[in-house]
Amino acid sequence: MDAILLQVLNGLDKGAAYALIALGLTLIFGTLGVVNFAHGALFMLGAFCAVTINRALTLEKVALSETQTTAWGTPLEIRTPYAQEWFGDFGLTIIDYSVPLSILIAIPFMLLVGIAMERGLVRFFYKRPHAEQILVTFGLAIVLQEIVKAIYGANPIQQDAPSIVQGAADIGALFGDPGALVYPWWRIVYLIFSGVVIAAVFAFLQFTTFGMVVRAGMADRETVGLLGINIDRRFTIVFGIAAVVAGLAGVMYTPILPPDYHIGMDFLVLSFVVVVVGGMGSLPGAVAAGFLLGVLQSFASMTAVRDILSKVGIVGLDQIIIYLVAIVVLLVRPRGLMGRKGVME
Amino acid sequence: MMKFFSQSSEKGDLVLIALFAVAVFTMPIWLAPFGANYPDLMQRFAIFGIFATGFNILFGLTGYLSFGHAAFLGVGSYTAVWTFKLLGMNPIPAVIASVVVAGVFALVIGFISLRRSGIYFSILTLAFAQMCYNLAYSVLTPITNGETGLRVLHEDPRIFDDKTVETTGPLISQIFGYQMQGMTGFYFCGILLVITVFIAMRIFRSPFGMMLKAVKTNQNRLNYTGVNTRPYTLAAFVISGMYAGLAGALMCIIDPLAGAERMQWTASGEVVLMTILGGVGTIIGPIIGAGLIKYFENIFSAFNDQTLANIYSFLPDGLSEVLVSVTSLFVGEGWHLSLGILFMLIVIFLPGGVTEGLSRIGKLIARRTGKAQKNENEGGRRSSPMPGE
Repeated sequence: MDAILLQVLNGLDKGAAYALIALGLTLIFGTLGVVNFAHGALFMLGAFCAVTINRALTLEKVALSETQTTAWGTPLEIRTPYAQEWFGDFGLTIIDYSVPLSILIAIPFMLLVGIAMERGLVRFFYKRPHAEQILVTFGLAIVLQEIVKAIYGANPIQQDAPSIVQGAADIGALFGDPGALVYPWWRIVYLIFSGVVIAAVFAFLQFTTFGMVVRAGMADRETVGLLGINIDRRFTIVFGIAAVVAGLAGVMYTPILPPDYHIGMDFLVLSFVVVVVGGMGSLPGAVAAGFLLGVLQSFASMTAVRDILSKVGIVGLDQIIIYLVAIVVLLVRPRGLMGRKGVME
Repeated sequence: MMKFFSQSSEKGDLVLIALFAVAVFTMPIWLAPFGANYPDLMQRFAIFGIFATGFNILFGLTGYLSFGHAAFLGVGSYTAVWTFKLLGMNPIPAVIASVVVAGVFALVIGFISLRRSGIYFSILTLAFAQMCYNLAYSVLTPITNGETGLRVLHEDPRIFDDKTVETTGPLISQIFGYQMQGMTGFYFCGILLVITVFIAMRIFRSPFGMMLKAVKTNQNRLNYTGVNTRPYTLAAFVISGMYAGLAGALMCIIDPLAGAERMQWTASGEVVLMTILGGVGTIIGPIIGAGLIKYFENIFSAFNDQTLANIYSFLPDGLSEVLVSVTSLFVGEGWHLSLGILFMLIVIFLPGGVTEGLSRIGKLIARRTGKAQKNENEGGRRSSPMPGE
């Protein structure tokens, strides 16, 4: 039972990342009808936002010690981060919280990136075939990826979670069985965070006038335009929001998986599968499919499950389960789990 | 050049393919000024030319954008190495087996994927390719040798090989005593390139090809007129899968080593890129695209800061340093950046690829010389090279 619960939790946090990226993809697809292959790159840009902020905060002032010397007889270098130099202990706290603090910078940055991308590139492709949309965004993804690689190098860069949420939570203790179920704190934070982001996006679309117009535009763009509403501008902002969602997913994922320049591509392929399984253009579908596939994947990689499967001659299911599910779903329910009729037929 | 290729008559085709064959086999001569006339690179031109030509039969004719074609390349490679291991180092059985096995794979994957179209088809093929890749890396290690890659060993059975003249050096594929290396290897690939391009040409001109073009133009209308398009698209998918299998086999004939990274989806992206760059839906386009990409990959990735400094050495010191540091972003390790930018520029401004660019220039010249009237008629007849859904 504990093992199953642990796998559910494990699956949920991976699923949360899939769900966030898939949510953004679906937002863009549902509003603008564009298949955005550069969405993984946005996830990666978010992750590198966190890296940049961390680097900026830990910029060090180097002073030569007057009394101490190193083993080579040269004066010892004393390195203190400027943040500590200026703010004392508060500075150290800031550095400790660099990942969550990056969110504050990442939101405006990703919004700008998203809007620039839509205005500068994607809007010229609305009238062109889907194949060309895929190709141009794919090209953009390569470019963004290579720029990041040129700046930060090809190696993954470790980011630390704030020390207060490092280590693991003993969830078993809550149920009177200490040590039975141990789960890293940061993953719990990630899970809650993604829940908040998803809820915020849905609330925004559901309860604000802006969101109402956007939903109307998703249903019938032309009519909304005829009512004198500048739907294009709103859709641009929606693109920005989708970029923010992907970026935030990336920022918060850095302590779980050290980001490198192709982290986005790795997530993108799976997120596309998630979107298709959920149903192209369906927001709840994308979220549900994200969590579902995350959990399924982690179940398939359970040792117990693998043992059972290998007894009946199936091995390596954990490697392909997501793709397998996608194929089955697409063949049985061609529109995906919650796809709407008439979208991308 | 393009004007010839757009006219269709059986005799004309033979002339064209003869010209093409001459162009391929004289590559060592006319590529010399570009510094690209060494066998290793020319082999790659031919192999990726075959790969892209096959991809174009699917994408160019039917408009179905497959993002998983590298899977067939990988399957072809593994099959080729296995025939080497079991039957011996003769390339002919390797080629035949690879094409057949890749065809069977394509039949299965195509049968399922082609039930959907548009973006769903792209994702389904992508999913299948990723599945093949993951399996090759993990569970199928006994067959694929996982991360290390599959290679031919001296103690393998190789039943048809002459074991009496055994050497200790690396095993090289050979036929009639010709070793598939260097120029011989290039000519072998070149012959197959010419044959496959001829087949592709016949497909483009055939009623079958016309049907595929109709699928691209308007599949709904075809369905309404009572035509079942599935067999046609499936046939196109299988043929292009076989082309990819052949390309995979040739890679192993040149260098008997197969690795799973050949199946990764970035490899699938590369062939899409070649086809787009050259010109979708034209016969010669994908080959030009493959050649250009492999050529620039080779040239650009060889640059380093030192060579750049030499190039800019005539400039004043400060300026040359700035130029070196800027340019080094785009060459060497950063070659993919220039590739990505080039790719975007092509898709944005020239969706028809290089061949469209050439024909535009051709038209411009023709108009200047006062033959505008005649050319416009011709332009109207020719189908647009824009890829459609």
